[in-house]
Amino acid sequence: MVELETTQGVKTLHKIFLEDVYSIPGGEKIRLCQQCGTCSGSCPTAYLMDYSPREVIAAFRAGMLDRVLKSNTIWLCTSCYSCTVRCPAGIKVTDIMYELKRLAIKYKSWPSSSKNPAMSKIFIDHVHRFGRSYEAGVIGQFVLTQKPSLAWKFKGLGTKLFLSGRMPLLPKSIKGKDEFHKIIDLLATKEVSQ
Amino acid sequence: MADEKIAVYFCDCGTNIAGKVDVGEVVKWAAEQPNVTVAREYKYMCSDPGQDLIKTDIKELGVTRVVVAACSPTMHEPTFRKAAADGGLNPFLLQMANVREHCSWVTEDPVEATEKAKRILSAQIHRLPFNEALQPIEVPVNPDVMVVGAGIAGIEAALKLADAGKKVFVVERDPSIGGHMAMFDKTFPTLDCSACILTPKMSALGKHPNITLMAYSEVTEVSGYVGNFKVKVRKKARYVDTDKCTGCAACTEACVVQKVRSEFDVGLGYRPAIYIPFPQAVPLKATIDPAKCLTLSKGKCAKQSCVPACGPGAIDFEQQDEQVELDVGAIIMATGFELFDCKREARYGYGRLANVITSLEFERLSNASGPTGGHIVMKNGEAPKSVAILHCVGSRDENYQEFCSRVCCMYSLKFAHLIKEHLPETEVYELYIDMRAYGKGYEEFYKRLMDEGVHFIRGRAAEVSDVAIAPEEEGRLVVKAEDTLLGIMRRLPVDMVILSAGLSPRRDAKEVAQTFGFGCSANGFYLERHPKLEPASTMTDGVFLAGACQYPKDIPDAVAQAGAAAAGALTFVNNPTVKVEPTISYIDPEKCSGCHICVGLCPHAAIQFNAEKEVAEVIEAACKGCGVCVAACGSNVPQQRGYLDKQIFAEIEGALAL
Amino acid sequence: MTLTYSYFPGCSSEATGKAYDISTRAVCDKLDIELKELPDWNCCGSTSYFSIRELESFGVSARNLAIAQEVGGMDLVATCSACYTILAKTNRYFAEDPVLHETINEALEAAGRTYDGNVNVRHILDVIVNDLGCETVAEKVTRRMTKLRVAPYYGCQATRPKGTFDDPEFPTSLDHLLEAIGAEPIYYPVKTKCCGGMLMMTQEDAALRLCHELLKCAQDNGADVIVTTCPLCEMNVEAYQKMVNKAYGTSFNIPVMYFTQLLGYALGVDSKALALQMQIVPVENVLAKVPA
Repeated sequence: MVELETTQGVKTLHKIFLEDVYSIPGGEKIRLCQQCGTCSGSCPTAYLMDYSPREVIAAFRAGMLDRVLKSNTIWLCTSCYSCTVRCPAGIKVTDIMYELKRLAIKYKSWPSSSKNPAMSKIFIDHVHRFGRSYEAGVIGQFVLTQKPSLAWKFKGLGTKLFLSGRMPLLPKSIKGKDEFHKIIDLLATKEVSQ
Repeated sequence: MADEKIAVYFCDCGTNIAGKVDVGEVVKWAAEQPNVTVAREYKYMCSDPGQDLIKTDIKELGVTRVVVAACSPTMHEPTFRKAAADGGLNPFLLQMANVREHCSWVTEDPVEATEKAKRILSAQIHRLPFNEALQPIEVPVNPDVMVVGAGIAGIEAALKLADAGKKVFVVERDPSIGGHMAMFDKTFPTLDCSACILTPKMSALGKHPNITLMAYSEVTEVSGYVGNFKVKVRKKARYVDTDKCTGCAACTEACVVQKVRSEFDVGLGYRPAIYIPFPQAVPLKATIDPAKCLTLSKGKCAKQSCVPACGPGAIDFEQQDEQVELDVGAIIMATGFELFDCKREARYGYGRLANVITSLEFERLSNASGPTGGHIVMKNGEAPKSVAILHCVGSRDENYQEFCSRVCCMYSLKFAHLIKEHLPETEVYELYIDMRAYGKGYEEFYKRLMDEGVHFIRGRAAEVSDVAIAPEEEGRLVVKAEDTLLGIMRRLPVDMVILSAGLSPRRDAKEVAQTFGFGCSANGFYLERHPKLEPASTMTDGVFLAGACQYPKDIPDAVAQAGAAAAGALTFVNNPTVKVEPTISYIDPEKCSGCHICVGLCPHAAIQFNAEKEVAEVIEAACKGCGVCVAACGSNVPQQRGYLDKQIFAEIEGALAL
Repeated sequence: MTLTYSYFPGCSSEATGKAYDISTRAVCDKLDIELKELPDWNCCGSTSYFSIRELESFGVSARNLAIAQEVGGMDLVATCSACYTILAKTNRYFAEDPVLHETINEALEAAGRTYDGNVNVRHILDVIVNDLGCETVAEKVTRRMTKLRVAPYYGCQATRPKGTFDDPEFPTSLDHLLEAIGAEPIYYPVKTKCCGGMLMMTQEDAALRLCHELLKCAQDNGADVIVTTCPLCEMNVEAYQKMVNKAYGTSFNIPVMYFTQLLGYALGVDSKALALQMQIVPVENVLAKVPA
């Protein structure tokens, strides 16, 4: 876990985070946020969030990174883009949520209550292995490792899906796995150096 | 030309120029240039002592040409030319070298800036010997003024000018004057009845001996220039002889077509096909809507009951539009605004959900002479038990209009008060981002509303929905917003939603501006000459702006600006003549081959063909010195005085001489 | 005139969204739209990949676009709204950020590919309604869906964020298409509200609540069936109806289909060829309301 508590550490990290967000196209518009609350009002999951999307933006600008990274807010984003469409300052709120997710993963800081980071990692592992997301594998691994209670809850549905042919048990792979890995590996090294 | 004596003045402009350019070096260099008699450096040339330098050197050193290296000519050319004139030198023998906006302000490196300053100065030093002593052209000024648009701003401007003794032509597009203010119920913050304070002015305008009111008319063409505008006006046919019509309104009751959506009631009420827009209309004359009248649109109205109903026999189905041409010396534009089209913001449900209304619609509901007799009711006729007023609809929004419409916070507060007044038990919610109560008495008005128990929620409404989640939401409108001060998401079940819509420029603002020869700002409103110092003038001499057509504003500001526009107009029309810039085109009849090319190209119709001499001639008073004819002529005949070819070439040579 | 497109099926079309793939191919066959499956396409990256690794996710998405460029001469059409949005987003980001484009191309070149940024990405709904046209569809209808009340559920990512082919809040293309096949699109104000997406797995109470709202509105407005444009939406609104009922004490049993399944049926394709047997909530009631 990265040190979020020391003042100097936070200041440096804040600068890094700000630069990161400013570097995405339109990211600098975050400076224009009037805190009107349209994003939060439009968000389908805001009622569950520790801090609303608007508050996260305010916290981010103020350098209160623990609020930003330790809240469940960014992990509850469903990418519905309602906020982005409606923001009067033209801020791409969804894209900023993505960037904050990436920063959270990079600095290994997220609330233990959220299962989303784990789901995303499992998804990516499968895409790496097969070139396509093998749904049975992704859901299977997620349920078994993260939420075993779901196995019981979903047993009926799972069976139905399998029987109707909507959940093949064997994965399909792409042919060009080598080139696929070349692309990913090259970009992974660049990602680290960023 | 004989050897000239050029005086060079290099302004430091504080640190604006001297902070980047090595002025001392340039002045030393300038003193050695051909024809330069004296070269001086001064801190602020535009100041009195600075200008005195010029005057003194003209008198004592016999200076014949002057160059002032300083800011842009748009800033101070008139200042220095006047100083030269005061010193006894023809003002057109003075040039400015722009070493600020074109040099010190835009060049990073001081060495490069100094070099560039020399070149800019050199260009003018080389040019000056070719300058001619031009004499300004004085043209007579027509003392009459035209005011276009007769809402509160136009009315005020017209009255001021008429009271000052000027003859005023007022052209208004609608059948009556009064504009949007005539539609309002009460005005903030005094809660004066809008019609009560407006109608005396309307009446005064209608009766004023100096005012010729052309209502239901539009300007179709404008030509000319300050002091001498020619305006063509189309007086639309009312199909009613206004000399006979007494405004008794008997025809309106008799008309067989009774249900036309009333523009004055913003579509909430009805009017007949022959109508008087509202009871206090000025002029109080009936008008027939040609699209809805059965006789005019379909050629068959069996009864034509308006005809017998009219005592004086004023109905005239054969009436035609009338074209008039008027000469005026100045024009004031007061064409007002349009309300933002709330259908564009689909998430608020205007047009889809009943009981979501706009601010203008609410004004008509609240107004005692409105379609509901002043009762604030929903579409089903019942009074709402709760109302939400949503601020910033179509304003402060990159997706619609970036600017703030200024008046909406205040009128929203006014609505809250009116609702509480009509329906004391009704809950009122104001959803806002910022409360902009900037004017006299405005902050106090805001406090008053807080005192009246209105619920203020800081949060811009995300959407208005008719989908109920909880039982208390069934059958009602739900406003979703984040209460940002509390940090919670709120769903407000209400009966009625009022959208505080912003003000938009009129949809034909660009075309109208073009007709009158001026431009619009990026936000679509008319462009003022200077946003701080000249908000009531345009870049075009003689054309002025008043009211919301220049930018959204409240009534006091509209009235104040109208006064400023009237004063601006008076600066021209109170003088018998106006001086026109002599830097206009001249066509040498010896050289002109009579090919006609320039005649058709002139955008100001300032070139006429002399059939007798078979040459083109410039109408001096109309020429604006745009240079099109100079560029277009294949034989290089038209020359623009003050911008002769030899002057331009000399500048180029001067700039390259280093 | 045959319209031809490169076709990006998306990962769901091999599993939970299989019926979407099958019915899309059947519908395009009937409508003379030629779909050429993109050779060796890979996962578009989906929201999960974008959440974790930015550069890699663009590379993953761009490989498909590079292949489409090689195939050449056609727009790339996706059925899944998420695939559509991500591929289109990649295009947009490349246009706005030349440095990013260059970096990704570097990676593509390591794989022997390149991408100029010129492949047009389309949604299957857009293609049918705007390229082919509702009139053409109406002409080919053999089973007019008269009296069938349909809730047109667009979901989030078909028209957001850019609203390229229809309005981001209140789109109408699917409504028009339903009218063209004789059905009655109901008043469905939640037509672009979120179904919860991946949250159904990771935080199901949130997703169930959203789906409850969608189902309730459909029921309140008398829908016989809900049609969707996205496999994730279809899964959430259809497959989890029992869980919604459990959580909210409701008794929803509303059939949910991909719009291509309903469209295919209207065009005369038989139910097996539209994979209607794959639906979790039985569709017999729907089929009973329309000509056999």
